[in-house]
Amino acid sequence: MAECHPVGFQWVMEARLRGAKVFHIDPRFSRTSAVADRYLPIRAGSDIVLLGALINHVLSNELYFREYVLAYTNAATLVSKRFQDTEDLDGLFSGFDPETHRYDPSSWAYEGDEESEAEAAGADSYGARGAGASARPPSDPTLRHPRCVLQILKRHFARYTPEMVDELCGIPPEDFAELAEAITANSGRERTTAWVYSVGWTQHSVGAQYIRASAILQLLLGNMGRPGGGIMALRGHASIQGSTDIPTLFNLLPGYIAMPHAHRHEDLAHYLEMEGADTGYWGNRRSYLVSLLKSWWGDAATEDNDFCFDYLPRLTGDHGHYATVMGQIDGTVKGYFVIGENPAVGSANGKAQRLGLANLDWLVVRDLTLVETATFWKDGPELETGELRTGDIATEVFFLPAASHVEKEGTFTNTQRLLQWREKALDPLGECRSDLWFYYHLGKRIRQRLGDDEIDRPARELTWDYPEMGEHRDPSAEAVLREINGTGPDGRALSSYRELAPDGSTRCGCWIYCGVYADEVNQAARREPGSRQSWVAPEWGWAWPANRRILYNRASADPDGRPWSERKAYIWWDAEKGEWTGHDVPDFDLRKPPDYEPPDGARAEAALAGTDPFIMQSDGKGWLYVPSGLSDGPLPAHYEPHESPVLNTLYGRQSNPARRTYDRPENPYNPPGSARFPYVFTTSRLTEHHTAGAMSRSLAYLAELQPELFCEVSPQLAAEVGLVNGGWATIVTSRTAIEARVLVTERVRPLRVQRQIIHQVVMPYHWGYGGGGLVTGDIVNDLLPVVLDPNVYIQESKAGTCAVLPGRRPRGQALLDLIEEYRHG
Amino acid sequence: MADGGWISRWPVIRQLKGEDGRRDAARSARTDALRPRTEEADTVARSVCPYCAVGCGQLVYVKDGKVSQIEGDPGSPISRGRLCPKGSASKQLVTHPGRQTQVLYRRPYGTEWERLDLETAMDMIADRVVRTRRETWQETHEGKEVRRTLGIAGLGGATLDNEENYLMKKLYTALGAIQVENQARI
Ligand code: SF4
Repeated sequence: MAECHPVGFQWVMEARLRGAKVFHIDPRFSRTSAVADRYLPIRAGSDIVLLGALINHVLSNELYFREYVLAYTNAATLVSKRFQDTEDLDGLFSGFDPETHRYDPSSWAYEGDEESEAEAAGADSYGARGAGASARPPSDPTLRHPRCVLQILKRHFARYTPEMVDELCGIPPEDFAELAEAITANSGRERTTAWVYSVGWTQHSVGAQYIRASAILQLLLGNMGRPGGGIMALRGHASIQGSTDIPTLFNLLPGYIAMPHAHRHEDLAHYLEMEGADTGYWGNRRSYLVSLLKSWWGDAATEDNDFCFDYLPRLTGDHGHYATVMGQIDGTVKGYFVIGENPAVGSANGKAQRLGLANLDWLVVRDLTLVETATFWKDGPELETGELRTGDIATEVFFLPAASHVEKEGTFTNTQRLLQWREKALDPLGECRSDLWFYYHLGKRIRQRLGDDEIDRPARELTWDYPEMGEHRDPSAEAVLREINGTGPDGRALSSYRELAPDGSTRCGCWIYCGVYADEVNQAARREPGSRQSWVAPEWGWAWPANRRILYNRASADPDGRPWSERKAYIWWDAEKGEWTGHDVPDFDLRKPPDYEPPDGARAEAALAGTDPFIMQSDGKGWLYVPSGLSDGPLPAHYEPHESPVLNTLYGRQSNPARRTYDRPENPYNPPGSARFPYVFTTSRLTEHHTAGAMSRSLAYLAELQPELFCEVSPQLAAEVGLVNGGWATIVTSRTAIEARVLVTERVRPLRVQRQIIHQVVMPYHWGYGGGGLVTGDIVNDLLPVVLDPNVYIQESKAGTCAVLPGRRPRGQALLDLIEEYRHG
Repeated sequence: MADGGWISRWPVIRQLKGEDGRRDAARSARTDALRPRTEEADTVARSVCPYCAVGCGQLVYVKDGKVSQIEGDPGSPISRGRLCPKGSASKQLVTHPGRQTQVLYRRPYGTEWERLDLETAMDMIADRVVRTRRETWQETHEGKEVRRTLGIAGLGGATLDNEENYLMKKLYTALGAIQVENQARI
């Protein structure tokens, strides 16, 4: 965090000054490790073992926050008799189909729900929430029933012991004990513990389950919805949170509404029936979706035509980033827009990316500089090896210069869900334009070219009128933000998603952002200085939803609505006024009393009790066990990375059985357990650079601060391989080999795993061959395979295997020969 | 400081006399005359750092139609005026000479970039979208209505504005392009 989110880390240091204990658990020693109380090096790809052992420690020593767990989680809920755990099936959950490598999750359901959930989950068939479950499933408040969630958890995690942590993570029992003691001592009524993660947890073939494991631990310890608690995802880009909220992601519509699927959804009614439960806030999904359709198709969207639900194109499977690249190589994808992104450097298996680019009809790249994705036909590494020739590449390339963040106005959503409006400082130079300008004017031009054909109807009837401003006729970003916010029947800006209606009388481009333009004021532009307001700082920017700064903050009070303790008071029930109050905007129905019991047949939020804080869930509970919505199991289980030098000793399954692989010639994998690739490989970032480097390699200050690609290795590995500090190393995988300067340092500690020494090689991935960079270097992501987490289709970049050789890599054909030798040798 | 000639105020002399060279004795008349660039700015825009998702506040100073300085915004309760090396270097991000300001075009099989004016490029891109969409249109797939094209795809970075992402998703969806992805997947 100190390395990649330095200014955010000041708050960790503040907390430390006030007595907080900071643990840093990471394969790589970074600036964070340097100032943490304890640094625990861990083998990349083994975190579920560690988290599972912490869960086991909490459960077997009865250290969980019993009152919180009983009232606010599904610990007492009974699970179907048909459910079988990894304990019963040696590393598989019930419902696995070995032919398709997919699960049928119906047996994971709560008791009584088995029949309603028969569809396989996955990024392409569910939105962020998955299908629903009953609001009031059978339960055992004594927590003793063998099929209640808590007992299932106990059995499931029993094998996650400190010895296993020692054996698989390389963390010795005394270090584990210190960590376990610290987090349990710092949880409960008076204290909270926070977990902070980043792509070191997500970029794995079992990445979503890393976060799940952390969620289980935090729920058991009562650390969710409370100040100083939570699980904080530190995101790497200025508005990467915004890019998921208002997604340019294939499986989502704005506000985490699932894209319709050809085989699951016939019409609007059928879609709404299939897409989740009727209880909890998703029970209002008709209002969210109809308001979105109304804001896109305006008066053309009517009750009679299903509000143009048919205009939405349908998914039929995986249409994600890597599937798209394979489609380019296969020739089905002809045209490609790359906007402020550099997949030739930033995505896994760069060669596959560039082969895809070279097989397009046309490519549009918009960026500040000539990124490698725009110039691959001129200077890509495949030209040097002879795999591509400039004169043979048919791709037509358009490069359009972009406006920078100071040359346009608009909002970023930061890692805390906070929208902040940026004022425009000046006009862009020359032909630089914002992406807002580009898409708006492209849309206008496309619409001019449409006929009265049926296939053109959705584009023809699209609402596409925004006020134009200035010499370049820039569309008004505030008008777009106002459309996102939504308007009521009177045409005025709405102030809350609770005003959205299911009948087409309201419009809203993204329901979770409704309120950002409340009272016709751009709330994201608010700038009351921090020194002039409370520590929660509610008047700086605007956080979705409803300007709430901590989600699910009802859980900061006990079931009766009183703060768990004075120290940790945040939101509480004011019985006199008959409403929730506190330091933040309550994430709960303002006037729903703690003793509210839902009447039979209640829907949406009315179906949740006054003690149900997790209002997006169908039962209002924090899910220790996930009965539906995940594609690789209702509980986290440790599986080794797809490429690992270590045997999974927890189960008879080496890797995540549901992971997505692409078995294609462009994407060869290191053979499992291969002695040719003995070292663990992981990638990282540096303070002085930004991801694929397009925004940092071309800056003189930053280029000077970190001029060259390097690999960090321990003195022991350096001695084993013959590497010299400051010299060169060649790092080899089945994809390619790259060269880097060697940094020999004791910061990288070899780990003792399964009675052998495991060496880890850590490499930052900011360099490339061009991109207007003042400094260049080989592309680290070229080493990585494409193997994906089955829930979210993120690639496993954080744990692989490699070989290391002293010296520089060979050039041209000799490079291909080397790879060939390693692949098969 | 006692009045005297410029020599007695010369920092070297003062430091030789034992005054602390890390404090006032480092100041010269020239130092005193220096004014921060920010004071002379014509306008100041309240902005946000474009790199990571911490979202530090920035103040963007403009003088004579050029960015003259970018500083941390002390009002921000997130950053309290601080910026890390990337945020501090962001004046270079927006002013460095490697920034492209012209449209470039590489024709099929071409070996060099060519110039194209923006209007022409926009028309050519619109033509290609319309043509490719028609050529690759799928009304049905495996017997189900899909009304889409798999011929056009998009990949966006995660430093785009929400408003930009919104128009992108809206337009792509209306055109039936579904392979619309973002750094957020990666
Ligand atoms: S200044 Fe640094 S920490 Fe702050 S938003 Fe920018 S990159 Fe992130």
